[in-house]
Amino acid sequence: MNFELSKDPIQVQAVIDKVVAREAGAITTFIGTVREFTKGKKTLFLIYEAYESMAVKKLEQIGKEIEERWPDTKIAITHRVGKLGITDVAVVIAVSTPHRNDAYEANRYAIERIKEIVPIWKKEHWEDGEKWIGNQLETVGYPTGKPEEEDLNG
Amino acid sequence: MVKVLFFAHLKDEAGQEEISIEGNGFTVAQVKDKIAADLGIATLDSVMTAVNEEFANDETIVSEGDTVAFIPPVSGG
Repeated sequence: MNFELSKDPIQVQAVIDKVVAREAGAITTFIGTVREFTKGKKTLFLIYEAYESMAVKKLEQIGKEIEERWPDTKIAITHRVGKLGITDVAVVIAVSTPHRNDAYEANRYAIERIKEIVPIWKKEHWEDGEKWIGNQLETVGYPTGKPEEEDLNG
Repeated sequence: MVKVLFFAHLKDEAGQEEISIEGNGFTVAQVKDKIAADLGIATLDSVMTAVNEEFANDETIVSEGDTVAFIPPVSGG
């Protein structure tokens, strides 16, 4: 269960423990947290919703992509769903590799891919309203109706 | 019967999480047209579609027992 969604607060160390390996010389951990202000607008809390079965499959796909690009890598990703407050942990990505450079690069790759292909959505709740967020730029949609083929298949 | 799932703002617009469509051998584009007409959802052109949990395109054929999910631009992480 290296790739999962959690309705409960994520135990960061438990995610890291999954990638501990004798051949590893580095573990990088990315912790995504809920930010209070975005472009001056104050967030009160977030709701994360997922298409859970597909989201787990897509996290597994990201894991496979990483193993192909960076040999001898171990990856674990847990993404939170449900209601999160400011500073709560939304996602934890742990990557171990024999050498540190790969651990940084592979971890960065994982978070960028999550933002492209994993069906998880956040609804921001502000003092004056709420909105499902389309993507990080708050622009809407894919012109062709889906990400381009190269986006999905790496 | 084809199961159709809605998420995020589409779920709000549809007023429900899932519906069933009778029939077989539709394209994804035809499913979108039917839902746009039946439920009055106008924004399906700007979302992705998954068939049986894999990304699909408008030409993908949907068969009896398949699950179609409309996937608005994702915002996890």
